[in-house]
Amino acid sequence: MLSIKNLHASIGDKEILKGINLEVKAGEIHAIMGPNGAGKSTLSAIIAGNENYEVTEGEIFLEGEDIADLAPEERAHKGVFLSFQYPVEIPGVSVTNFIRTSINETRKANNLEEMPANEMLKVIRDKSELLEIDRKFLSRSLNEGFSGGEKKRNEIFQMAMLEPKLAILDETDSGLDIDALRIVANGVNKLKSDKNAIIVITHYQRLLDYIVPDFVHVLYNGKIVKSGDASLALELEEKGYDWIKNEQEV
Amino acid sequence: MELKEKLVSSFMAFEERIDVNSDLHELRTLAIKNFENKGFPTKKEEAWKYTSLNSVLKNDFSVFPKNENSIEFADVKKYFLHEIDTHKLVFIDGVFSSFLSATTHDGIDVCLMSSALNKPKYKLVIDNYFNKIANKDESLTSLNTAFANEGAYINIPKSKLVDKPIEIMYFSTGSEAALLVQPRNLVVVGENSHVQIIERHQSLNENPVLTNSVTEIFAEKRAIIDYYKIQNDNLEANLIDNTYVSQQKETNVSVNTFSFGGNLTRNNLNFYHFGERIVSNLNGITIIGDKQHVDHYTLVQHSTPNCESHQDYKGIFSDKSTGVFNGKIYVEREAQKTNAFQKNNNILLSDKATINAKPQLEIFADDVKCSHGCTIGQLDETALFYMQQRGIPKKEAKALLMYAFSNAVIESIKIPELKQRITTIIATKLGVKLGFDL
Repeated sequence: MLSIKNLHASIGDKEILKGINLEVKAGEIHAIMGPNGAGKSTLSAIIAGNENYEVTEGEIFLEGEDIADLAPEERAHKGVFLSFQYPVEIPGVSVTNFIRTSINETRKANNLEEMPANEMLKVIRDKSELLEIDRKFLSRSLNEGFSGGEKKRNEIFQMAMLEPKLAILDETDSGLDIDALRIVANGVNKLKSDKNAIIVITHYQRLLDYIVPDFVHVLYNGKIVKSGDASLALELEEKGYDWIKNEQEV
Repeated sequence: MELKEKLVSSFMAFEERIDVNSDLHELRTLAIKNFENKGFPTKKEEAWKYTSLNSVLKNDFSVFPKNENSIEFADVKKYFLHEIDTHKLVFIDGVFSSFLSATTHDGIDVCLMSSALNKPKYKLVIDNYFNKIANKDESLTSLNTAFANEGAYINIPKSKLVDKPIEIMYFSTGSEAALLVQPRNLVVVGENSHVQIIERHQSLNENPVLTNSVTEIFAEKRAIIDYYKIQNDNLEANLIDNTYVSQQKETNVSVNTFSFGGNLTRNNLNFYHFGERIVSNLNGITIIGDKQHVDHYTLVQHSTPNCESHQDYKGIFSDKSTGVFNGKIYVEREAQKTNAFQKNNNILLSDKATINAKPQLEIFADDVKCSHGCTIGQLDETALFYMQQRGIPKKEAKALLMYAFSNAVIESIKIPELKQRITTIIATKLGVKLGFDL
C-alpha cells in the first residue's frame, strides 16, 4: 500500500526527517509514536503532500506509484486521507456541502459520475449514525465553533464518507474525552478492512487500547528508532520517552 | 476644453432647458459656483490621497446625451432581480425609461426625480428634503446638485411595509463616445416604515462612462431601510457614488455595497444621526482584479447618545488592482454610550495588488465603546491544504475560502434572491463552478 524509502525532508534550512523507511500493507494498522518535535506530524503532512515541506531525498510510493510529485488533491483522489490534528474552520460552508464537494471532486478525478443527491443523503445518514453525529450538526458551518471532540469526530466522519485506501490519523485522540474517544475509535475500527490501511500518529498509548495496531514505530529526531508490535506501545507508556532518548544518546 | 470648463459653461444651457423660475435655481447656482471654485478633487486632498480621477477626466464626456435610446428587456433581464416581483425605476443614459420601469403611486411614491422637482404636489417633500443632508461643500456633490434633474424619487409614508423591493437601474448604452451621467436619488422613509432598495449601474458597451451619483436617504422615526448597491460593471465604467443618510431616532439603516467591477469606483458613504437608539450598518464586499480600483470612504457621525454603528468591509484584490478603505467614525461630545465598530479585512492575491486602509476614529465623548480592526493578508495556506487534502482542487479551494472570508457580509443580505445572485456573481468572479450553490 504505502512504501517510504529513505525519506529526508526539511522546512527552510531545518532538516526534520532524516531517512525514514516504512512499509505499510493493506489490512494493517501502524502506530507511529514519539516525543514532541520528533517529526510525526511532518511525516503525515508530507505523505499527504503539504508543499511547505521540501523532500530532499527518498521516495514515497502508493500502491507502487511514486506520488512524491503529486498535488495534495491528486493524492487525495488516489485514496490518501489525513485526519488533521487541528481541523480548519470554514465559515459559510456546511459540513454537508463540504463533503459533497469533496466526494464529487474525487469521483470526477476518477472519471465517475457525481453521486446522485438521494444516494449522497443516504450515505451521509448512515455514516453520521456510525459516528453518532446529530443531523443538525451536518448543516452547521464546517468546524466553526465545534468543540475539539466534534472536530475530530467530523474528521472521522469525512474519512467514513471518502473511504480512503490509506488513512493517517494525526493525533486524533488529542482533545477527546473518553466517550468521544470510544466513538471515534469504534468508527475507525468499523471502517477498517483488508483493503485499506491506517497509520495512527499519537503521543500517548491511550488511543491504542481502542485501535489496536499491528506495528508500532517510535520516531525520534527524524528517524524511526524502534519498531515492534502493540506491546511496544505499552512499554513506552511505562518507561516514557526518556528511555528512547537515553538509548539514542548512548 | 477641459471637463470642468465644459461643465461650467454647460450649466447655463442646462438651466435654460429646465424651468429657470424654479426655487431650485439658487441652489443650483450656489452648487455650480462651489464646483467652479473647487474643481474636481485631486490627490493633494487628504480624502482623495489614494484615488486619482486624472485618467478618467481625460475623456471628452458628453454632458447631455443627444438621443434617447431604448433597450429590449430580454437583453438586460439578467441585471434585474427577475425571479421576484419588484418596483422598478430604470434609466437609460440618464433618461427615464417608462418601458422598462414599473413605478407606483399606490400608497407609496416610486417615481421620477424630474417630476418630483417640477410638480407642485411634491413641492413640500422637495422643500423639506432635497439637498438637505448632502454635503454642500463637497465639489462632486455640488456638481451633481447643479445638474440634478433626473433619478429615483422614493417617498414612503409612515407605517408602510413596502411589499416588494425597489430596483433602481442605470444603464448606459454607449451611444455617446463618452458619457457623463449624474443621477440624483431621493429616498424618504416615513415613521415605522420599512423598505428594501437595490441600486445598480450597468454599462452595456465598452465606451467610457462616468457616473457621478448623489443619493439622499432620510429615515424617519423607527424606519428600517435596507439598501444594496451592486457594482459589477465593465472596465470602462467609472462610478462616484455619494450617498448621504439621515437617521432619526430608533431607525435602522443598512447600506451594503458589493463592488465587483468597473474601472474606478469611489463610494462616499455618509451617515448622520439625529436621535437616540439609532443603528447604522455599513457592509461591503470588494472583489476586483485587472487594474480596477475601488475606494470606500465612509463617515459615521455620532452626534447623539445611545447609538450604534457597525462597519464590516471585506476586500479581495488580485492582479494589479487597488483598493482603499478609509473609515471615519466621529463621536461628538454629546454622543455618550456610543457603540461604534469597524472591521476591514483584506486579502491580497497578487504581489502587485494594493490596499490602502485607513481607519480614523475621532472621539470626543468619554463613555463610549469604539473599536476598529484592519487586517491584510493572504489566503490561509493551512486551510487550502486542508481542502486540497479532501480532494478539492486548489482553484475551487481558493474560491471556497474567499467565499468563507466574505460570508459574514453575504449573510447580512436580507433578500434571498439577491443573496443567491451575489453568491453567483462571486462564484463567476472566482471562475469556479461548485457542486452546490455558494
